[in-house]
Amino acid sequence: MKKMPRWADVALIPILNLLIAFIISGLVLLAIGKDPWAALGTMIDGSFGSSRGVGYTLYYTTNFIFTGLAMGIASHARMFNIGGEGQAALGGLGVALILLAVPWPHWTLALPAAILFGGLFGAAWAFIPAYLQAKRGSHIVITTIMFNFIAASLMGYLLTGVLKVPGKMAAETAKFPEGAHLPTFHEMLAPFGIEFSKHAPANLSFLVALLCLYVFWILVWRTRLGYNIRAFGESESAAVYAGINPAKIIIITMLISGAFAGLMAINNVMGEAERLIHNAVEGAGFIGIAVALMGRNHPIGIFLAALLFGFLWQGGAELQFEHQIPREMVTVIQALVILLTGALDNMVRRPVEKLFIMRYKAKGL
Amino acid sequence: MDFMTLIAIFDSTLRYATPLLLACLAGLYSERAGVVDIGLEGKMLGAAFVTGGVAYVTGSIWLGLLAGTAASIALSLIHGVASITYHGDQLISGVAINFLAAGLSIVIASAWFGLGGRTPSLPPEARFQNINLPLADTLQNVPILGPIYSELISGHTILVYVALLAVPVTWAVLFRTRFGLRLRAAGENPGAVDTAGVSVVRLRYYAILIAGLLCGLAGAYLADFAANFVKDMTAGRGFIALAALIFAKWRPWQAMGTCLLFGFLSAAAPYLENKSFMGIEVASQFIDALPYILTVIILAGFVGKAIPPRAGGQPYVKEQ
Amino acid sequence: MATATETGRQETAALASPAPAIELRGISKAFGPVQANKDISIRVEKGTVHGIIGENGAGKSTLMSILYGFYKADAGEIFIGGKETLIPDSQAAISAGIGMVFQHFKLVENFTVLENVVLGAEEGFRLTPSLRKARKLLTELAAEYELNVDPDALIEDLSVGHRQRVEILKALYRKADILILDEPTGVLTPAEADHLFRILEGLRDAGKTIILITHKLREIMDITDTVSVMRRGEMTATVKTSETSPEHLAELMVGRKVLLRVDKKPAQLGKEILKVENLRVVDEQGVERLKGIGFNIRAGEILGIAGVSGNGQSELLEVLGGYAEATGKVSLHGEELDLSGAESDAQSRRLKGIAHVPEDRHEEGLILNFHAWENMVFGYQNDPKYNKNKILMDNKAIWDETQAKMDRFDVRPPNPRLNAANFSGGNQQKIVLAREIERNPELLLIGQPTRGVDIGAIEFIHQQIVELRDQGKAILLVSVELEEVLSLADRIVVMFDGQIMGERLSSETDERELGMLMAGMKQGADA
Repeated sequence: MKKMPRWADVALIPILNLLIAFIISGLVLLAIGKDPWAALGTMIDGSFGSSRGVGYTLYYTTNFIFTGLAMGIASHARMFNIGGEGQAALGGLGVALILLAVPWPHWTLALPAAILFGGLFGAAWAFIPAYLQAKRGSHIVITTIMFNFIAASLMGYLLTGVLKVPGKMAAETAKFPEGAHLPTFHEMLAPFGIEFSKHAPANLSFLVALLCLYVFWILVWRTRLGYNIRAFGESESAAVYAGINPAKIIIITMLISGAFAGLMAINNVMGEAERLIHNAVEGAGFIGIAVALMGRNHPIGIFLAALLFGFLWQGGAELQFEHQIPREMVTVIQALVILLTGALDNMVRRPVEKLFIMRYKAKGL
Repeated sequence: MDFMTLIAIFDSTLRYATPLLLACLAGLYSERAGVVDIGLEGKMLGAAFVTGGVAYVTGSIWLGLLAGTAASIALSLIHGVASITYHGDQLISGVAINFLAAGLSIVIASAWFGLGGRTPSLPPEARFQNINLPLADTLQNVPILGPIYSELISGHTILVYVALLAVPVTWAVLFRTRFGLRLRAAGENPGAVDTAGVSVVRLRYYAILIAGLLCGLAGAYLADFAANFVKDMTAGRGFIALAALIFAKWRPWQAMGTCLLFGFLSAAAPYLENKSFMGIEVASQFIDALPYILTVIILAGFVGKAIPPRAGGQPYVKEQ
Repeated sequence: MATATETGRQETAALASPAPAIELRGISKAFGPVQANKDISIRVEKGTVHGIIGENGAGKSTLMSILYGFYKADAGEIFIGGKETLIPDSQAAISAGIGMVFQHFKLVENFTVLENVVLGAEEGFRLTPSLRKARKLLTELAAEYELNVDPDALIEDLSVGHRQRVEILKALYRKADILILDEPTGVLTPAEADHLFRILEGLRDAGKTIILITHKLREIMDITDTVSVMRRGEMTATVKTSETSPEHLAELMVGRKVLLRVDKKPAQLGKEILKVENLRVVDEQGVERLKGIGFNIRAGEILGIAGVSGNGQSELLEVLGGYAEATGKVSLHGEELDLSGAESDAQSRRLKGIAHVPEDRHEEGLILNFHAWENMVFGYQNDPKYNKNKILMDNKAIWDETQAKMDRFDVRPPNPRLNAANFSGGNQQKIVLAREIERNPELLLIGQPTRGVDIGAIEFIHQQIVELRDQGKAILLVSVELEEVLSLADRIVVMFDGQIMGERLSSETDERELGMLMAGMKQGADA
């Protein structure tokens, strides 16, 4: 039974959801006496109008690609990993530890190590909730929420204790060695004669994120593991019939998910701050939820949604300066996107489906 | 640690526990009816903001309370429409509500008061008065019992007593009334409720409305206690309440016990942290994380398995 | 006891008033293209036990759901006690004095018996008075109708038989005059079933009207006063039980069907492929689903398992397919299989040459949101020929093979990129068959091969099964379609209540005999 064409499902519905989210956001702005169009103009200008703006936008985009991929892979197995925040924080710890432990001579050596440790620490933080879900049936949503808070406490403890630079006030680690410095867009593009802002945090991690999108695609649609993950996510009973072990799939998927979240640290910790600071993740883990929902768990969708949120995040910062609209406006949009694409999907989907079914009937299909 | 210190710790235990308890009971109604609610945090936050703002503007904490509760109920209704009417994912809806409240409260507060997302401080007359129970002053000097009565039991604001009173009331409603029986059945086996000729949808809406009301009180308490609203002032209390609910295995008296325990951890933290016990120094962060760690242990079923209401999280779709 | 019942029966017959307890006139109900109920009219006299018998899918449950307000009939009227009554929802059915005991109980597991009984029928806001009243009534009912059950016990601690009593008590507490029971003995032991019948007789003698939906002839003969037979959505006959015989009912039930012609040479039996001995399965509720069955299948043979669904066939397929636990002994080519049910064992069964077309292609056999080509290797995704290396799958190889298989099995449209959900039932089934049969298995397990499949595809599917047999493979065919089992199988085993009721060569039996066995009548069939 065909309900609607594929393009409607993958494009029309998300766009309608987004449109409604923007309309409501616009109404909120009107209600607080701001001009939505002017705000939109500022946001576009602030995030794409200069190479500095673009640099920030892509920096945020990079974060959200990683956390979006983390949510996305879990969703393919019908797991709701709400713990991206904690896993990304732990990823930061892994990256910081390895970068501080070795006097790295060059980033080409430091980056693989950071990728390995970031991923490993993120995966480790996802392992306990995954194990408890697979073997003891403890609901993964609740345990991952708990693990976010435990992670926050743990990081707070470490950053005010053993990892803190003695004698300094700030709850942060020492700066990473020079050799662990990742090229920024400014440095990467200079050899090609392209002038890119020196002050933008976008860095080489963006390319790693793009690579991860590709890896994600291969993993989900080209490997046997991905096949098993998707089969389990679609139907547990069918997976069992086919001899796919549910517990194994839950644990492996969550490890991959945690690793993607942990990888974010190469961008915000290694690439931008170049030290581990307190609350380094800044909610990016939660934005991953919106990104994956919007992006329909597909790399292209995740990229576009991450870019959208990168734009919102950077544009939102400009709103503060230009219009005295707090950047929490972005949180509102994020909430509406999650609500509409995730929980209220049926509200938009049902009428659209009806329209298409009517059209099919009219055509005699 | 002397006696008066102990009284002071228990006194602030009660203050810390009150918003937890109200939010925890809110979750209890909702989840007992089969609607999982991870949006407790957002509803509290929304209510705290509206209470703070309206109480300042009107000069009446009661009007603030009323408006704050209305805001919380409105957020509940969004959850209801998404998860009951449209059979949406209850978890995602809860997540969205948390962000919605976190964002909207700051956006509106900034536009309203121009204080960067705070509300102005409430003058004493726009806050709840401490209630001195009868004879509190007279009995003050009676040894042991005197301070317990006049310092610990007496002298709190009304919402503290409301929260404590809500426990037996909730117990009675759930286990001694027709409504409670049906509500619990809707969370365990909605099919049984439906075939008995009772509307599952209506029951679940009632449940989330009560949850909205109680979260509203919790939020109002926070705004009143701090004398204003500040960004993210719930600071994860909604999730601690959720943890307490699981810890209490969805039962009212146990919920009170757990919230008092978690409240005690907060109250005692300043006295415990950086003291060493058996050679191990207690970090304040460890005490902060303790409620979550304990909940994970309970969830794992290593110490008495926490079994949630069986139909929790699933939208009820009439069988066909 | 027997005489008391006799007199009771005569009295109620004499008292039968002209206004029946229930009268249905011209009830029709369609689900999409499927006509579940076709112009059904029936009179159920007050104070009688009225049986409704029919095969799976005959439309019995739909009819009762209409009566209980779950579905709205497309056409027709309902009269209760002579008055036309609209039943838009369960509440209306309850007010009209109808009580229903569902096959799957509608009880809250962690509530007490009392709480379950009063749920939805409480008097007033406070619970205690209702509970007190219910407790008193329960004591009375227990004495009157042998409905003893501890009012303070939790449902989860009760046996299935006791749970059913709670359902009956629920209906009586709501003052039901008409009690509908849907396959009430399906989950009961024989002793529990006998007890249930004593309860029902007591209720009937007290003037209640009882409608008993069942597929078991023995029950019909034992307890009903009147019996209606349903077949393919139609009410084919209503007769007095005393004026009919099990043989006659079996015939009415299965009908005189024209056998589908399946061109089939006599079986060339080879050596024994599968041997099953003393196989037992206990489900999660602790109910024994397979009660020590045994049979064998030889190469070049189709063994058909006939029976009404829910009598252990699904469990048998799951065990043999490798994803359910069991005790007993199963050997393939004399080599014993591991029955411990470790989940990954479904893979090792495939490696041993057991292919499985599951009963439910939507829940098990296919991933509906996967493309046809992805479904074509489902269960065989580990096979090296579908993989480039340990990690990457060889999608091109899968794709090519899918196209070849779609051609050979005439799957329409022959488009590997289409999602499984977008094929018709027959073409979905062909995808599953193509996948499993083309593996050239030693043993093919096949459940409900033509459920929800159009006529044209049925013939094709049957041919494929026979062809596989003629290649010397062993086939275990499970079907609730008696006609299908008769025309395809070489040998037939009838399952009833987790046991094997009998074994027949298909050339030496007929529908009547098998129908009796399926309905649990052993003596009648042997006679």
